[in-house]
Amino acid sequence: MREFYSKGRIAFQIFNYILITALTLLCVLPIIHVLAMSFSSAAYVDSNLVSLWPLGLTTAAYRFVIKNVAFWTSFGVTLRRLLVGVPLNLILTILAAYPLSKDELTFKARKYYVWLFLFVMLFNAGLIPTYLLVKSIGLVDSVWALVLPTGVNVFNIVLMMNFFRGIPKEIEESALVEGAKQHTILFRLFLPLAKPSIATITLFSFMQHWNSWMEGRIYMNNTSYYPLQTYLQTVMESSDTVLQNSNLDAIVDQMAVSGQNLRAAQLFISIIPVLIIYPFLQKYFTAGLVVGSVKG
Amino acid sequence: MSEDMKKRKMNSNTVLFHTMIWIPLLFILIFNYYPMISGFQIAFEDFKPGLGISGSEWVGFKHFARIFATADAVRAVRNTLIIACAKIIANLIIPIIIALLLNEIRVKWFKRTAQTLIYLPYFLSWVILASIMINLLSTDGGLVNRAIEALGGNSVFFLGDNSVFRKTLVVSDVWKNFGYNTIVYLAALTNIDPTFYEAASIDGAGRWKQTIHITLPGISMFIVLMTILGIGSVLNAGFDQVFNLYNVSVYESGDIIDTLVYRLGIQQQQYSFSTAVGFFKSVVSLVLIVGSNWLADKFAGYKVF
Repeated sequence: MREFYSKGRIAFQIFNYILITALTLLCVLPIIHVLAMSFSSAAYVDSNLVSLWPLGLTTAAYRFVIKNVAFWTSFGVTLRRLLVGVPLNLILTILAAYPLSKDELTFKARKYYVWLFLFVMLFNAGLIPTYLLVKSIGLVDSVWALVLPTGVNVFNIVLMMNFFRGIPKEIEESALVEGAKQHTILFRLFLPLAKPSIATITLFSFMQHWNSWMEGRIYMNNTSYYPLQTYLQTVMESSDTVLQNSNLDAIVDQMAVSGQNLRAAQLFISIIPVLIIYPFLQKYFTAGLVVGSVKG
Repeated sequence: MSEDMKKRKMNSNTVLFHTMIWIPLLFILIFNYYPMISGFQIAFEDFKPGLGISGSEWVGFKHFARIFATADAVRAVRNTLIIACAKIIANLIIPIIIALLLNEIRVKWFKRTAQTLIYLPYFLSWVILASIMINLLSTDGGLVNRAIEALGGNSVFFLGDNSVFRKTLVVSDVWKNFGYNTIVYLAALTNIDPTFYEAASIDGAGRWKQTIHITLPGISMFIVLMTILGIGSVLNAGFDQVFNLYNVSVYESGDIIDTLVYRLGIQQQQYSFSTAVGFFKSVVSLVLIVGSNWLADKFAGYKVF
C-alpha cells in the first residue's frame, strides 16, 4: 500500500524518528556511562570528567575486582542460588500445573486446589511474619533461605497450566486409549510440547533469583553469605567498603582505582549475564507475557 | 475396559494428581499460609520473640489503632497513595503513546532495534539502576546536573530534596518499565484487523484520523482493563525502588508503607506494630483487588480468576 506523504506527515515522521532515537538512547546510555567509568583511570572518574567514552583507558578497576574476594564470594552465592532455585521453581511449577490443567471430571478436587493457590496471589502474609518464620526454622545464613520461601510462584503455575490446557484434548485421549500412563503423557507428550513455556518460566525464575537482594539482606547475618545484588547494595551504601575489606595484595593497586571506579566495574560485571541471555529474554519473555495476558 | 477397571484407573490417577499437587502445596502452606496465621496473631499481640506466639500477651486492636495515631505511619500511607497513583497513570499513558509512535515507524530495522533496546532497563535490578542513578543525578558532578548547568539552570538535588524526590521516583519507574509495557500495547495493536485501515484510507482518512477512529477504539478495552487492574496496586509504591533510592532527608515525601514496615520490623524489632501495618496493607489490597476484578469482569468482560 503506497502512502500519501503530506508536509505534515513528513514533519511528524522526522519528529517521530528523533523522539524514538532519544528514548532508545535514554535506555542504553546510562549503561555505556558505567562501562566508560569502569575502564577510565581513577583521576578522571573522581573529577567527573568521564561521560560516554573512557578517559585514561585502564583495566585497573577490573584487575582490582578480580582480586576482590568479597565480590566473587557473593557471585558464588548467587550461582549456587540459581543452581538450586531455578530447577526447584520449575519442578514445583510443573507438579502443580499438570494436575490443575485437568478438568473437573478427571480431577474432582481441582477447584479447591485452584483457590488455595490463587489466594496466595491475593493476600500477602507480609514481610515480618515470613521473616520470623524463616528465622525460627533455622534457615538463617543458608542458601535455602534464598530459594525455599519463593519456591512456588503462582503466576508461573497459572502460565504453565494455561499452556497445558491449550494442548488439544485429542492428543491426550488417543494416548490414553493406547494405554499410556499419566507419567508417559506428562514426560513424552506435555513437556516436549511445553518447551516454550518451560523456557519462559526458566527465564522468569533466573531473572528473579539474579535480581533479588532483600532475602540476602534480611536472612544473612554473615556478609559472606550475601548474594551478588545484596553485596552490590552494600558497596553502593558506602563506597569505601571494598577498599576496607580488601586484602593486602590489592592495596598496592589502590592508587590507581577509586570507589566509583570499582563500583562501575562491579556493576558492569553483574550486568553481563543479563546481556548474554538478553536475546532469549526478548524471545520468550514477550511470548510468555502474551500467553499469560490473553488467557490470564 | 470394564467399568470396574476404568474406575480403578481413575482412582489411581486421582491419587497421583493429589500426590503431585501436595508437594508445591506444602511449600505455600508453610511459607504463605502459616505466616498469614502467625501474622494475624502477632498483629493482635505484644509479641516478644522470647515468649513465642502462644506465650505473648493478646492486646486486641492496640497496634491497629496506633497506625492512625502515628505520624510516620499516616505519612507513609499518604506517600504510598500519591506515589503509586502517579506511577499507575504514568505507566499507563506513556507506553500507549510510545506504542502508537513506534507503530508509525516504517523502517523495519529501526523499529526492531528500538524495540530491542528500550526494555533493557526492565531486566536490571533496582540495586543496579539505583546505583547508576545516584551517580548520574549526583549534585557533585553527575552527568544530569552537569547538563542542566551547561544549559544555564541550577543543579537539582533529585534524591535529597523533598520537592522533587517523588517526581524522580515516578520518572525513573517509567524509565525502567516503559519499554516492557510498550511491548504489551504493541501486541494489542497487532490484533487490530488491517482491513479497517485499508477501508479508512480508501475513504480518505489520514493517519491521524485512523489513529483516533480505529487504533484507539481497537485497544480501548485493553486500556480500560489495565486501568481497572491498576486499582489493585495503589498500595504498592515500589519497595525495591524506594528502598534503594531514599535516605533520611526524603522520608517526608518518599517513605512508603513497605519501607516503614522494613525499618520498624527488621531494624527496630517492633514486630507487632510492623506486622499490624503490613496486615492493614494486605487487607486493604485484598479488598481492592477483588473489587477491581469484579469491575474488570463487569465492564470489560475479563475474568482473571
